[in-house]
Order: sequence, then structure tokens, then C-alpha cells
Amino acid sequence: MKEQQAVVFSCQDVHVWVADREVVKGVSLAVAPGEVHAIMGPNGSGKSSLANALMGHPAYTLEGRIELAGQDVTALSPDQKARAGMFLAFQYPVAIPGVSVASFLRAALTAVRGREVPVREFRRELAARMDELEMDPAFAGRYLNDGFSGGEKKRLEILQLLMLRPRLALLDETDSGLDIDALKVVAAGINAAAREEVGMVLITHYQRLLDHVQPHVVHVFVNGRIVRSGGPELALELESRGYDWLAPQDGRV
Amino acid sequence: MASHPQLADIGSDYAQRYGFRDPEQYFLKAPKGLSHEVVEMISRLKGEPEWMRTFRHRALDTFLARPLPSWGNTELLSQIDFDQITYFVRATERQGESWDDVPADIKRTFDRLGIPEAERKFLAGVSAQYESEVVYHSVKEELTRQGVIFLDMDSGLREHEALVRQYFATVIPAEDNKFAALNTAVWSGGSFVYVPPGVEVAIPLQAYFRINAERMGQFERTLIVADEGAKVHYIEGCTAPVYSTHSLHSAVVELIARRGARIRYTTIQNWATNIYNLVTKRAVAYEDAVVEWVDGNIGSRLTMKYPSILLKGERAHGEVLSIAFAGPGQHQDAGAKAIHLAPNTSSKITSKSISRDTGRATYRGMVKVRHGAHGSRTAVQCDALLIGEKARTDTYPTMEIAEDDVRIEHEARVSRLGDEQLFYLRSRGISEDQARLMIVNGFIEPFVKELPMEYAVELNRLIALEMEGSVG
Repeated sequence: MKEQQAVVFSCQDVHVWVADREVVKGVSLAVAPGEVHAIMGPNGSGKSSLANALMGHPAYTLEGRIELAGQDVTALSPDQKARAGMFLAFQYPVAIPGVSVASFLRAALTAVRGREVPVREFRRELAARMDELEMDPAFAGRYLNDGFSGGEKKRLEILQLLMLRPRLALLDETDSGLDIDALKVVAAGINAAAREEVGMVLITHYQRLLDHVQPHVVHVFVNGRIVRSGGPELALELESRGYDWLAPQDGRV
Repeated sequence: MASHPQLADIGSDYAQRYGFRDPEQYFLKAPKGLSHEVVEMISRLKGEPEWMRTFRHRALDTFLARPLPSWGNTELLSQIDFDQITYFVRATERQGESWDDVPADIKRTFDRLGIPEAERKFLAGVSAQYESEVVYHSVKEELTRQGVIFLDMDSGLREHEALVRQYFATVIPAEDNKFAALNTAVWSGGSFVYVPPGVEVAIPLQAYFRINAERMGQFERTLIVADEGAKVHYIEGCTAPVYSTHSLHSAVVELIARRGARIRYTTIQNWATNIYNLVTKRAVAYEDAVVEWVDGNIGSRLTMKYPSILLKGERAHGEVLSIAFAGPGQHQDAGAKAIHLAPNTSSKITSKSISRDTGRATYRGMVKVRHGAHGSRTAVQCDALLIGEKARTDTYPTMEIAEDDVRIEHEARVSRLGDEQLFYLRSRGISEDQARLMIVNGFIEPFVKELPMEYAVELNRLIALEMEGSVG
């Protein structure tokens, strides 16, 4: 794959528990800047648990080691991880009534950049990014995810990705619930982030996002493990054959 | 939020900012305890007309005859020792008309609370009450020229006796409840506001209430009359030093909105957590009048307060928008009442409460639609936010509807400040403290946006203080 120093994010032998149940059973990844990894697998295989646990969700217990830009971030809190350059696009973003998209984004940007972002600069940047994602400017004044459609929520996640420009983004089923037009916009956003050297891990159930985003590496994830890794052709093979043919090989790669 | 420049100086707490106390060097202080002698003394000192003196004595009899309420927080109520309270304190010999007239130590208190500055910046009139009486009072000349009366209640009675007598205790009779009777017996201070027909008071009038002495009882009495087509916004704020003993604040506020008038009454209650705040507030709205209670309860040990609106004229509209913040050991028992007495009247009650740690918030509300009030509409919405496992909230909504063609909406929601919301914000780099504050501020946003800018900033700052150390 890549040379050691080109890796921006890696995890080694990550295990994840929800209460007493082990849902991720030893996963290792190494992602270079601008590199797109797709993790594909059936529902309930533990993909979302992996993404949430990597970001530090308190409901999960994680063992293993996570490195970001050469720094061990395993024990950091979610906000510390975000400030170090990690990002998670949520499958089901929660609503926070009373907090506008703009004020939330400005607070997040201030936290991640470690300095107050001047209002004018912020507005300009926000307007440009929203335009890229074909979002109505009035959107910035709405309350965060409150009464948003599925497509609006996903666009907002991508807007945050582009504004916060992390080193590594985990995208959890960002393609689900989108019509074809929205899917194209979201895919364009993901490609733009990759061009800006963000390392990407796309967690997805379907091939269809990969028609618009070309992954460098595809991992097949079944029952808490990566059972096979390969190039983009692996995604096409999954599309035609499903996951069943991989199930008997359940084991570590 | 951290990005709010006005909030940058967060870090002081109640004790430093509001909880300081002055030495008790008073001009005059009644002996503690409640009796006809004390009532007589108050009335004589104020040189009141006979009818008011008689009124007070009768009210005291009512107070003594009435049992404590058998509902609400009866345990805390029963701890009030009425014999240990001082019912009247005259802090200074005369009222100031400029801040220079106010005794230096009292002026320093109000300086620390930012009142003179607020007056200069954005108020049409100010009244500052220290213990039992108003020590400073001013109103913009322009308002006086328009015939607007804004006085402390004692002066109001002296200078406009006929007007006061016409309305005093007509909305809340002394017999209404035990604490209304107590207030009527020993009332002192508060505001008297009269706005003549068609006059609009564009910027707010403010009253500020300060209790300084220990085991003190403050019983201000406020009466606001907006004559036909008049418009007024009145704001009150309150603080007190922190003592280990309890003090009592028991106000009576009566609003009268004549035909087509509009009154908004905003309260930011931030008493120290040793204060019992037992207040009766009620408004009458005549034909096409609008009355709005905007009621924020942050402080006090126990608050029991249910701003009410009697919708007496056709198409009258009433709103109660309230938030309550119950921190550790506090009980905010608050709510609203809307009584529809005329056809096509409407009311809207929005109650938001936050309970943190051992804090307890109760919503107690009543909506009545009486016979003949056909075509009326009412919407009640109660949202409670719980922070921590021990936090508690209860809702007691009552509805009595005597007509068929009315529209009734009721919504109640309880949520817990959730891990998922926190995780979402934290995954964007926002610290846990700031994330909690954002969620809470978002929750009260519908309330805050109804406040004038300066109060919105102040309220956000208070909430930030209340939320400090709420983690873990």
C-alpha cells in the first residue's frame, strides 16, 4: 500500500465491546492522506460500531491502538480526537433544537482550529461551501438537524466535513436514504475532501456510492472482522455475488 | 457560548456577583414577627389613608385564619417560621431621584449589579427597591409629559389615591390565597404604572428588587394599568445575598389591560437559593387586549408562582412563556393559568424547565373555558429537560372546558440531556462543558429570543454559571 510515513491514520487490532458483547474482533487499517477506503459489509456486521468506537462513543469499550498523524489518540475523548483531526459523519445525526446550523458550525470551527474565526471570514467560507453542496443559504439559520429530511441531514454532515477539513474522516452510511441527485452532490463533496488530502473511510452497505466515489481500497467486513481487502474491483464483485460467498472464510486476514 | 463576547467574563459565581451583603445600618426596622402592631406601624409610617389601613388589618386576619397550601412543596412551606421574619425595613430616610441622592453603600450595591448603567443605556424608567422600599426612582421626562405614571406603589397611593383605590386588589383580592393576604397586610414598595389611552411606551420600564438583610421579608405590590389602546413593557429583576437562613419574598402583581391594550411583563428571578419566592401574579385582559407574562426563574430555594390571565373581553389574547432552572436543592414549582371568560379568546402557554442534579421542576397549569367562551383557542406546551440521574420533573396540567366549539392543544415532553447529543457535538471538537451549555441554551432559545438583547445576554450568562461544574 503506502509507505509508513505517508499513513495519516491507522488502527491496530481494534476490538470493540457493547456491554459484554464483542462486536468488532480485531480490525487493523492504515489510511494515507487523500486515500479512500471503503468498508463494505452486511447489516449488523459491526461496521457502525467500529466507526463510533473509533471516534470515542462512550457506549463502546475499545481495545487496540489508534494513531493519527503519528500520535497515539486511543485514549483521547471525542472532542480531543476531533481537535486532533478526526471526524465522523453520522448515519443518524441527532437533532439539537434551538442551536442554529451556523452557530454550531462556528463553535465547531473555533474548537477545531483553536482560534476564534472572524464572523466575516466564517460567513464567506460557509456560503461558498453551501453553494458547492447546492444548499439553500436559509439552511444556516435552521436548528441543527431539527426536522431535517434524510437528505438534508447527510448534506449537512458533508458540509461539516468540508468546513472542518479533518485529517481523517469516518463516513458511516452517508449514502443511505439519498435520492440520486443528493447522492451525486454528497459524492462530489467526498471527492472534494479527498482531493484536499483528507483520508477517508467510507462505511457502506451498497455499491451505489462507489459508482461516484472511486475507492483506493475496499475491505469486506463480516461479523466483526475484515475478511478480505482488495482494489475497487472487489466492490463490483460484491455487487454481483453478495456477501454469502465470503462468509465461510470468516477469519482474520 | 464562548463565541459571545459578553459572556467572556464567566467564572465568577453567585456569591461574588450577587451574594455580597451590606452591613445592616438601617434607618428603621420593625421588630421581627407578624402582628397587628407591625401592620399598624407600617401603615402609620407611610401615612396611609384610612381605607388602606383597614384593608391591611383585615388582610392580616385572613392570613392568620388561612392554613398553608396543602399542595406544592408542603414540606418546605412548613419550614417557614413567620415569627422569625422581619416584615418591614426602611433602609434610607428618603427616596433618591438621582443616583447621587442614594446613600453610598446602597448605590454601590446597585452599581455592582449594573443597574445605573442599564438605565443610561436602554430603559425608559427605573425603580430600585432595597429591602421594603424603593430607594431610587426615575422616569424619562417624555413619558411624564405623555401622562404615563411610573411610581413606587407607596408614592402611587399618596399621589394618585383615587386611581389606586379604583384598581387595588381588584384582580387579586386578599382572600385569594394565604400569601396574597400576607402581602396585602404588610405590602411595601413595588410599582404603580398607569399608561393613558393610546400611549405606547416604546422602551421598557424596569424595577429592580434587592433583599439585603437576613431573615427578611419583602412584600412588594405592583399594579399596572394600561388604558385603552395603550402599550407597555415592564421588566423586573431580583437578587439577594446568600445566607444560611431563609428569607421570604412574597409579591402580588396585578395587571389590567383595558380594551385593545398590550402589556408585557418580564421577570428574571435570580434570588439566592435561601429565598422562598411565593408570588401571586394575575392579569385581566379586556376586549382585544393582549397580556404576555415572560417569566424566568433561575434562583430561590422554593418558587411557587403561576402567572394567570383572565380573558374577560372578546378576542383577548394571553400568553405565558416561562423557563425554570432548578439546580441542586432547588424546587421551581411554576406554571400558568388561563381563564377564558369571553368568546373567541385565545391563550398560549409555553413552559420549559431544566432540572439538574437534585433540582426539581414542577409544571402546574390550569386552563378553563367557561360557558359562553365559545370559539376560544388554547395551546399548552410543556418541555422538561433533565440533567443527571437524580433530577426530577412533574407535570400537573388541569383543563376544564365548558364549551364545545373550542380548540385545545396540549403537548408535554420530557427529555434527558442525552449522550447522543453530547457525542455529536463533542465529535466536532466542542468540549463536554460547552456542549452541555449549547444544548441547554438551545432548549431555552424560544424564551431567550423574547427578551430584550441585554437580558438575553444576562440570562445566557446566568445559565452558564448554573451549568458550571455540572459535569461528572
